[in-house]
Amino acid sequence: MQSKPAALKVLDVVSIILLGISTYLALVFAPTELVMGDVQRVFYFHIGTAWTALLGFILAAVFSVVYLIKKDLLWDRLQVAAIEVSLVFFLITIVLGSIWARPAWNTWWTWDPRLTTAAVTELIYVAYFMLRQGIDDPDKRARFGAVYALIGGLSAPLTFFAIRLFRTIHPVVIGGTNPEADGGFSMTADMRVAFFFALFTFTVVFIDLFWNRIRLGDLQDKVEQLKLKVSM
Amino acid sequence: MNNTVYGIKTTKKDFAAKPSFLRAVFAIVWKDIQAEYRSFELISAMLVFSLLVIIIFNFALNLDIKMRETVTAGVLWTTFAFAGTLGLNRSMSVEKDRGCLDGLLLAPVDRSAIYFGKAISNLTFMLVVEAIVLPVYSILYNTNLFQPGLLLVILLGSIGYVGVGTLLATMSVQTRTRDILLSILLFPVVLPVLLPAIIASNGFLTRVELAEIMFPIGLLIAYDIIFISVAFMVFDNVVEE
Repeated sequence: MQSKPAALKVLDVVSIILLGISTYLALVFAPTELVMGDVQRVFYFHIGTAWTALLGFILAAVFSVVYLIKKDLLWDRLQVAAIEVSLVFFLITIVLGSIWARPAWNTWWTWDPRLTTAAVTELIYVAYFMLRQGIDDPDKRARFGAVYALIGGLSAPLTFFAIRLFRTIHPVVIGGTNPEADGGFSMTADMRVAFFFALFTFTVVFIDLFWNRIRLGDLQDKVEQLKLKVSM
Repeated sequence: MNNTVYGIKTTKKDFAAKPSFLRAVFAIVWKDIQAEYRSFELISAMLVFSLLVIIIFNFALNLDIKMRETVTAGVLWTTFAFAGTLGLNRSMSVEKDRGCLDGLLLAPVDRSAIYFGKAISNLTFMLVVEAIVLPVYSILYNTNLFQPGLLLVILLGSIGYVGVGTLLATMSVQTRTRDILLSILLFPVVLPVLLPAIIASNGFLTRVELAEIMFPIGLLIAYDIIFISVAFMVFDNVVEE
């Protein structure tokens, strides 16, 4: 069995250290927001995980197009890895958002465009894994997976625009102002440090997990091939 | 020169290298309609199911006169969406079970002709069911659903729904969990079609100004085009063996 590449081991350690620093910055270093108080600190990790999850979903859609053109299973492994990591990150985003929304909006959940799209996107990719589970042939699984990831990746932003037909109360902190948004604020310099550091941290953590998952996919493939050899 | 193949008179034209795209699409639609005309399996199941859903909604939502105006659009679209999966599943699993899909794939026609053929026949069945459900609903709840605008929205919504549904049903019938998978795959993805359809239908039923309804209708048309063109492009990948 091949051992873990040294670069990946280093990245694992770096990710843990960065997560530690980022937690310190978000919970201690950044000043307390005046109106919302400490619960606003959720924001740093909320955006960090959301950004990386979306990055992963977009990557997955790109991988599925490449797979459909090249038909190389490598791209399928990359796609599964991206979606699996993003699915977890996006769930964290939703849970953190909910924790923040309870004091800020006085409700755990509203059917706001962003929240609804997030929930639907989560369901699309859960369905993606259910689809894959029902297929034994690796090539067919990869083809169907790629088609569904493509349609799903296309559908999620369309859902967002469609729900925009209703009003939104989700605050937009970076770029853009919505007069009806509730719970918006502007960042001070120290908040910005914590914010951008969290973005950086989660990008590194994402790359680390992504890499680990790709390696796992490779190993799974090898195990499957060995099993076939033994059974023959 | 006339020959007979399986008792059917053929002419030289029938053996031409590749039938035109439209003829291939039409042949598939005609085959489905004939098969359905002989059994009425699919339409009757969808129809009875739709009526049952409407009856359940009657009790679940307590559809009194005041409620009716605002929830009719939602009730209708939920009914169509549920009944639609029933029809799509059936229409594709018949192809898969009896090996018809392999036969279709062997035919020297473009694969996308199969997609359009199945999509058009699925759409036909869905429209037939809707054409019966709408007057029944109108009578049962004393609401006039026969407004040209509403009918247009229902047509556009059904086109988008069937466009995605045919592709996903083709995939889901080829999996192990096929009976339960289609609705799970389809509903989250088809939401962008259903949403503007519900909003526009609601607009027509509550008589808001036409200018306000134009945007959702435009969105609906755009999404129909996007979904059908993507499904058309990737369909090859879900029937390949």
